[in-house]
Amino acid sequence: MTAFWDFCKSLKGDTLLSKDVIDAHGLTEEEFQQIIKVLGREPNIVELGIFSVMWSEHCSYKSSRVHLGKFPTSGEKVLQGPGENAGIIDIGDGLAAVFKMESHNHPSFIEPYQGAATGVGGILRDIFTMGARPVAILDSLRFGDINIPRNRYLFSGVVNGISGYGNCVGIPTVGGEVYFDEIYNNNILVNVFALGIVKKDKIFRGVAKGVGNPVIYVGAKTGRDGIHGATMASDVFDETSEAKRPTVQVGDPFTEKLLIEACLEAMDKGLIVGIQDMGAAGLTSSSCEMAGRAGTGIDIHVDRVPAREAGMTPYEIMLSESQERMLIVTQLGREQEVIDIVGKWDLDAVLIGEVTDSAKMRIFNAEDIVSDIPVKALTDEAPKYERNISPPPYLDILHDLDIDNIPVPDDLNKVLMVLLSSPTISSKEWIYRQYDHMVRTDTVILPGSDAAVIRVKGTNKAVAMTTDCNSRYVFSDPFTGAAIAVAEAARNIVCGGGEPVALTDCLNFGNPERHEIMWQFQQAIEGIASVCRRFNIPVVSGNVSFYNETNDISIYPTPVIGMVGIIHDVSKRVTQYFKDEGDVILLIGNNSEDIGLSEYLKEIHYKIRGFPPCLDIELEKKVQDLCLQGIKEGWIKSAHDTSEGGLAVAISECCMPPEGTDNIGASIELSDDIRADALLFGETQSRIIITAASDRVAELERMGETTDTPIKVIGRVGGERLVIRRKSDVLIDLPVRDIAEAWQKAIPRYLGEAN
Amino acid sequence: MKFAIIVFPGSNCDHDCYYIVKHVLGRPAGFVWHKEKDLSDFDIVILPGGFSYGDYLRTGAMARISPIMKAVEEFAKRGGLVLGICNGFQILLEAGLLPGAMLRNKSLKFICKDVYLRVDNINTPFTVNYIENQIIKMPIAHAEGNYYIDGETLNRLKKNNQIVFRYSNCSGDISEEVNPNGSLGNIAGICNDRGNVLGMMPHPERCGEGILGGDDGYTLFESVVYYMQFRQ
Repeated sequence: MTAFWDFCKSLKGDTLLSKDVIDAHGLTEEEFQQIIKVLGREPNIVELGIFSVMWSEHCSYKSSRVHLGKFPTSGEKVLQGPGENAGIIDIGDGLAAVFKMESHNHPSFIEPYQGAATGVGGILRDIFTMGARPVAILDSLRFGDINIPRNRYLFSGVVNGISGYGNCVGIPTVGGEVYFDEIYNNNILVNVFALGIVKKDKIFRGVAKGVGNPVIYVGAKTGRDGIHGATMASDVFDETSEAKRPTVQVGDPFTEKLLIEACLEAMDKGLIVGIQDMGAAGLTSSSCEMAGRAGTGIDIHVDRVPAREAGMTPYEIMLSESQERMLIVTQLGREQEVIDIVGKWDLDAVLIGEVTDSAKMRIFNAEDIVSDIPVKALTDEAPKYERNISPPPYLDILHDLDIDNIPVPDDLNKVLMVLLSSPTISSKEWIYRQYDHMVRTDTVILPGSDAAVIRVKGTNKAVAMTTDCNSRYVFSDPFTGAAIAVAEAARNIVCGGGEPVALTDCLNFGNPERHEIMWQFQQAIEGIASVCRRFNIPVVSGNVSFYNETNDISIYPTPVIGMVGIIHDVSKRVTQYFKDEGDVILLIGNNSEDIGLSEYLKEIHYKIRGFPPCLDIELEKKVQDLCLQGIKEGWIKSAHDTSEGGLAVAISECCMPPEGTDNIGASIELSDDIRADALLFGETQSRIIITAASDRVAELERMGETTDTPIKVIGRVGGERLVIRRKSDVLIDLPVRDIAEAWQKAIPRYLGEAN
Repeated sequence: MKFAIIVFPGSNCDHDCYYIVKHVLGRPAGFVWHKEKDLSDFDIVILPGGFSYGDYLRTGAMARISPIMKAVEEFAKRGGLVLGICNGFQILLEAGLLPGAMLRNKSLKFICKDVYLRVDNINTPFTVNYIENQIIKMPIAHAEGNYYIDGETLNRLKKNNQIVFRYSNCSGDISEEVNPNGSLGNIAGICNDRGNVLGMMPHPERCGEGILGGDDGYTLFESVVYYMQFRQ
């Protein structure tokens, strides 16, 4: 190695970039050598910075690309698969849904409000850059133990950031999920999903087409914030991570709102050839990726870029991750029209370059060329690693669970109350109260039910959306755990009355340089792909977040699934809540003895052990098909899938409709001859609790028979208590009022806000 | 009878107001950019909700000096109907078209939820189709809806019957317990002394169709149409 550096010095003398500088850019020695090979010379500092961000894990997907190819990505409804700013599916009526999910984990841990806020801002730009007006946001969040004050600070800070940004831009935050687990104490996850609607013939892409076309910078001025954000997100955390705060960007939702309107107006006027937001790696990634997709070159004049402060160097301007900025390629001669529209919205629009046929990204500062790099070297030809893979040593210990050594508690009422007030299971109302979830007047299923549903104005349709992942399952068995995440997401869509169509994912993992992490990753990808293929649900966009590790401890592998479904007739949508006294409660699916890795095992027996529930993919398909068909026929009045906390928790949740409607009780009779705790709290997959008017029960049962799908009557809606019996034993008997009190007040109590 | 929907930079309920007027109510509507100065084509003016100018200085404080506000003021002075919803209400307060001011919600948090309101005054152009003391359900979505006013002006508001909506329970009882934001006297909406300018924090445009969980807001727009036809 010393010899290598000596050699370099002999070539370049004093101008050589020191090893410290190269290290600080997160590049390995081999990568640095490759840069020299590509350029035929040593890079200067601007070029080093550009390579550093474009070859970072965050931008290049260098550890994941070889695996991501296993996803099914096409289908008759797919208009745009992975590789663009977001995926697009055809929803009929000449319309398309544009959606994607992205992580903002690292910045949110360092600065929760701004980290989460800019997470929202970034994903919204990915949506409207495709020509779509964003219409819904969902958030998938993971925090550490809520009893630790710092975790409560991170939790409220993140919720505040999402609320502050989303509310101001006027896009409803309609759903999501939150889990609390010690494993996230030092690495929280903030994954934001956004969806937009666009006319099928008005889709825009991030391409720098047409040699000679002008390149226009639009939006907020460039400052010194977020420099090397992408590099920061491509490294593990330790005690010094706090010092990385300056790499976190600061969001301005008001500017974002203006930017959305300005860009959509310019698109509407037919002025846009290609457009992309300046997200991670800012002006650098947007310009070279647009040129990369079009197979062109691009010239950028940094001295023309609107700067927030004087004296910014080309290095800083190219690497800044200042928010609320877009790069637009327009037709030659129409630049003034773009500038006029953007100016109407009081934003900067400046001509900063042009599309060339050089196949290079050239950066000019006044007359000087400060960077000259082949575009392909930064995009398609960025490093790609087939990292080593081996199963982790922890599996044997983790899987070792002798269920006979777990005593069945005497007081099952108490167990239910504890589970309902646990932070992961309890009501998330404290969160969604702070989000404007009604703006745009499309939200036809409010937060709290299985899937969020928004109508599509001008049609009879609605779009259902959900995010899901039980990472404990993935930790124990990445293939099955990830497969369950997809199956559960589809089940949630079905419970709302939607037909699952496509998904986006946000794959949060530890350090990919560790063999066992790459094993988790590879297994999880296979698991997702297997369910996608069977259910014919393609993956149309996604994001990978590695290096969620602090002081050598990695998070549970958390491949969050964001799924989208279509409800063809908006009047045929259902919520999870029981509707009327006397309705019959049915269970689609089977109960079995699964308590491994359950919330019950963790909260009551303080054990994280065992295998995830098994997933019988054929049974899952039948269960979902029956439920969806029953909803389409209009026979099903409510549908709720059982997940964390099992049957007892799921039924409790059905008893508690949103505020403004009275709670309603239920009386359940079960007959399964399995452990009582497993029956009530086990997390067996492929189960949906539905209700129907009594005169529809025979039809549903007949449908079960003809499709060979297990379905049975388990009880009736009514009264003010939840009573669950097995044969003559009363397992649960509680007033719904008490259940609701425990479930609804839990989070405010943890935060010291309950009255 | 044409509705103007004023668009300030940062307005985000402008499309919702347009939709309910145009597609639910079936009346002509048009957007008016805040830099315009003329409202002569319009019969009713709506200041929609949102975060005008990001609410960065104080809610409504910057929007009130937008060029269009002079025209809104003159329009109101001539007796034209002006409806300010949420941020629109805040702008009307800042512009002095309605008395009082907004403070942060008592909880210091943004609150989005359905609340019950009691219609205390049905003798305004915006409420003629409600029944006296009717209890209605309407969503709120704001961080600054904690209405405040000095005692003397509050008495004047009461005397002139300018308090139009108050937060209540589903039986119409007014108490601190059902006050979502700390607003003085549970005030949710007030009008000026002539009754032609109404400001309200709840969003009638968000509850104008059954599919959205309620249509109590539709009555407000219907009232305006009824009043305008009756007046002509």
